[in-house]
Amino acid sequence: MSEGASVSQVRVALPYHLRNLARIEGDVLVEVAPPVTLRAVLDALEAGYPMLRGTIREYETGERRAFLRFFACEEDWSLASPDAELPEAVAAGKEPLLIIGAIAGG
Amino acid sequence: MSSVRVLVGTRKGAFVLTSDGKRKDWQVSGPFFAGWEIYHMKGSEADPERIYVSQTSGWFGQLIQRSDDGGKTWRQPGLPNEAIPPPGPPQALPNRFAYDTAAKPLTTHQWYDGTQHPWEFKRVWHIEPSLTDPDTVYAGVEDAALFRSSDGGENWQEISGLRGHGTGPQWQPGAGGMGLHTIILDATNPQRIYIAISAAGAFRTDDGGVTWKPINKGLVSNFMPNPTAEVGHCVHHVAMHRARPDVLFMQKHWDVMRSDDAGENWREVSGNLPTDFGFAIDVHAHEPETLYVVPIKSDSEHFPLDGKLRVYRSRTGGEEWEPLAKGLPEKDCYVNVLRDAMAVDRLDECGIYFGTTGGQVYASADSGDSWTPIVRDLPAVLSVEGQTLN
Repeated sequence: MSEGASVSQVRVALPYHLRNLARIEGDVLVEVAPPVTLRAVLDALEAGYPMLRGTIREYETGERRAFLRFFACEEDWSLASPDAELPEAVAAGKEPLLIIGAIAGG
Repeated sequence: MSSVRVLVGTRKGAFVLTSDGKRKDWQVSGPFFAGWEIYHMKGSEADPERIYVSQTSGWFGQLIQRSDDGGKTWRQPGLPNEAIPPPGPPQALPNRFAYDTAAKPLTTHQWYDGTQHPWEFKRVWHIEPSLTDPDTVYAGVEDAALFRSSDGGENWQEISGLRGHGTGPQWQPGAGGMGLHTIILDATNPQRIYIAISAAGAFRTDDGGVTWKPINKGLVSNFMPNPTAEVGHCVHHVAMHRARPDVLFMQKHWDVMRSDDAGENWREVSGNLPTDFGFAIDVHAHEPETLYVVPIKSDSEHFPLDGKLRVYRSRTGGEEWEPLAKGLPEKDCYVNVLRDAMAVDRLDECGIYFGTTGGQVYASADSGDSWTPIVRDLPAVLSVEGQTLN
């Protein structure tokens, strides 16, 4: 297997305002070398779209911003370790990593 | 011919209103950054095409945007607008407001229940570009601190002497948070800066921000255990005429105040105002003794008295006030005018502008004698700034 073949193409679905901020339409494709973890995906996302830095994870702590949630394969990954491997379907690009703004207020 | 540009920050985006010097016909552009809270936007004195914006969201945090063409296009300073940036880590961190933890002890501040609480960055309330350098800009933030960028907003550093001077444990959030909302630069003395915080009070530096002095002598705040304490006052806004940098006017929570000695001493000038609660205050561009406030009924009822929206003007530096009502709602008006939502232009006949939480932006092209709405149905207006263009 070539070195390039080991890199996963991970799909990330961003909330509306972050898609606008990054000037993209639809899902984002980011390349992630295994293991495909939440941290690795977000690192790749922010490297490709630096305007998103600080909007998903806090600048100082790297922690998820309070009103955002992460979902993958119909499971809530918001409280999972950022170093846990995401589901195979996400790593294979079959399912997206969903970043969702919490529905709050009226 | 001169023209004006009015920068309007709202709960759901930014708007740029432009007109020629007659200020009768207006063009409205926006919303920019639709759906985001725009706490403040302000243009540079040194380069009016340079405009800085505080764009914020409870979900996504704080962003800084910048325009170099008078609001036609925008970008986060130092970052590409398109994907696929140059390789390597970004050299600019335009949205990073990190408190200086390396400086001398910066303590904690007082929480609502009287306990001590660590500083936590929430948002930028006010942006104040340098008077001489388009790339130098100050930001007042919540929790209260002052930041400066000297590279056009690409990177920000805290001016930590403000939080570090010792009274931090007595600062406390007002109802809207503990924001540093007022930054006034002195054109005659680059080393002097005034700032104000809710609810800590007003402060001044005379050495470019290294050391700071509380300037609250004469303020009386009956909600405080010691109503005349050195700090803890809920200052809503401060205004200065650039030709007289030692004369300050303040809208405190209650009371309109005046200082003639750079904030060393204050005296009340509420005079015949029907209520001296309010948020906004500003000074006429050409008449240093002419000032404007919008009286609000009380701290419990944030709307005009009797449903009648009135600007009050004093031509005597306070004490004697006259209501200005021509063109403003005569009844059933229950909006608020927030602290940064009033501004003036510098045309020969000074223009006055203010925005309301009901989404109206009113303009007067005759120093306040009469008013007309430029727009009526924007989102709630958080800030208004005027630019006079040649």
